[in-house]
Amino acid sequence: MQSGIFHSTYQADMALRRTHAQKIRIALLVVFIIVFPFFADRYTLTLANRIGIATIGAIGLNILVGYTGQISLGQGGFLAVGAYTAGILTARLGLPWYLTIVFACLVTAIVGALFGVPSLRLKGLYLAIATLAAQEIILWVVTHWNAVTGGVDALVVPNPSLFGIQINTDFRFYWVIWILAGVTALLTVNLFRTHYGRAFIAIRDQDIAAEVMGVNLFRYKLLAFAISSFFVGMAGALTAHYRSIVTWERFTIEVSVLYLAMIIIGGLGSVSGSFFGATFMTLLPEVLTNLGRSFKNYVPAIDAIIPFIQQAAFGLVIILFLIFEPEGLNKMWRNIKDYFRLWPFSY
Amino acid sequence: MQLFIQLTLTGLTTGAILALAALGFVLIYKSSDVINFAQGEFLLVGAYVSFAMIAQFGLAWPLGMVLTLLVAVAIGVIVERLVLRPLIGEPIISVIMVTIGLSSLLRAIVSTIWGTLPRAFPEFIPSQPVRILNATVGADRLWAIILAVIMLGLFTFFFRRSREGIAMRAVADDQQAALSMGISVKKIFAWAWSIAAASAAIGGALIANIVGVSGELSGFGLRVFPVVILGGLDSIPGAIIGGVIIGLLEAYTGGYVGQGLNTVIPFIVLIIILMVRPYGLFGQEIIERV
Repeated sequence: MQSGIFHSTYQADMALRRTHAQKIRIALLVVFIIVFPFFADRYTLTLANRIGIATIGAIGLNILVGYTGQISLGQGGFLAVGAYTAGILTARLGLPWYLTIVFACLVTAIVGALFGVPSLRLKGLYLAIATLAAQEIILWVVTHWNAVTGGVDALVVPNPSLFGIQINTDFRFYWVIWILAGVTALLTVNLFRTHYGRAFIAIRDQDIAAEVMGVNLFRYKLLAFAISSFFVGMAGALTAHYRSIVTWERFTIEVSVLYLAMIIIGGLGSVSGSFFGATFMTLLPEVLTNLGRSFKNYVPAIDAIIPFIQQAAFGLVIILFLIFEPEGLNKMWRNIKDYFRLWPFSY
Repeated sequence: MQLFIQLTLTGLTTGAILALAALGFVLIYKSSDVINFAQGEFLLVGAYVSFAMIAQFGLAWPLGMVLTLLVAVAIGVIVERLVLRPLIGEPIISVIMVTIGLSSLLRAIVSTIWGTLPRAFPEFIPSQPVRILNATVGADRLWAIILAVIMLGLFTFFFRRSREGIAMRAVADDQQAALSMGISVKKIFAWAWSIAAASAAIGGALIANIVGVSGELSGFGLRVFPVVILGGLDSIPGAIIGGVIIGLLEAYTGGYVGQGLNTVIPFIVLIIILMVRPYGLFGQEIIERV
């Protein structure tokens, strides 16, 4: 019978993973991620790779929205910056792919910090609208700067290779994507144990109090935008290499909304929540499509309305989560854990 | 000079259309502090419902419009009751996201019922070209200007003189004080959403008359943001004047500069306004600085 988690040393209190159950769960997860691709078929691997990329992007957005409390509708634009930077450097200048990912992260971080400048004067609603403008402006630049981005035409990115191995199958990409996703998750969890992360959280909870306590809002808000955009840029760059084609349609305002939905449904201010949300929002349309196909024999007309069902489900899921479980899947997961930990007295 | 007059006329009419779209948006913000990202979809629903009433059921247009308004009011009340009320007092990101979710749901419902093919709206407002100072403009576009002015008058009167309008302003100012004065905040929110939906339905029918009925109409939802920020989020005259300024700006950049710059210039203005004067031209100066 447990009444709580207690620590008797400072080391135990500061540890990344505090309980045995946590250690076991993380070990199981790592084993699962390593074993999974050997048993999965191509379709499942594609899904896994998309989830991995979405997880990185969602963690990036969560740093900004969930942890620092700065609402951003510019995610699609920042993804575009990452994807186009990586794509152009690989296709036009022939840089090795790992360097292009690093450059993409850095360029996106700079652009993100630039569009974060309004956050120094604006908050909440007004900031959301300012980032919406950032989204529209970035996408306009991408589609009109023909000399560099190729305008509305697709940009073809050659396949990356490492130690002479062409990374051109879903199976090989899987390792690249999930290693980077793991690194991102680890870095983010650790970020919020440093004074930078604590400052971000302080800004979210009460910005004026944070400033009184000595948090430089100017510096930390820009830093939050930069760090968040860094990871978003990584997701963008991975998209470019994985799809080996970059088009502007992949970075519209719908994508910004999709990522916001991921972190809301997954859980704001949580790394595991970002993962849950990315998984949920990637799988939802696929599950609906498959369900629709299996009902096709009974209702032939269903094929034509599958896209609308997906769209309706997307909206409905957001609304239902916000009304019934505003803290998202992460809270549900915590409730399940608590139920078993405190069983049979789970009040 | 010829080009200038033509562009000015086009800009004015575009501005009137934008202002019509922005009115309901401002109304909701003014009374309940909610940013409605589904405003474009309200236009869409209004356009399609009036299309169904007039073209598909073959009703006379005054009757069709009255029925459309009733449907819009019903949708407004339902949305407020089921979606927005549970979120009173929740953080701003939840409110923003719930209206985004709503917009997706409404768009899906509309395309399930009516499909995605654009359709011609049955002409109940004449659209033959009218010549003014050597420039031509469709008569229906002039109607947009007239309607915008009428709506402005109606709304201003409503907020200044009517019981509900004054109650709405009181709720917007301070919900608790309004409650203690015997105003039902819930009823006011329902009022605000149904009026916003009704004005969106009128705007939607008119815009559909000009540009045709299609899913593109929901794009107005995003184009409204520069307008309302420029005019001030809580100002009804601001919505009209902001609409006209943005409309003219789009027309001039489209005519003189070109290269699709007219689609992005409103957003550049938006950022500048937000940096310099976040409460807009006519908004109340109560923005919180950090």
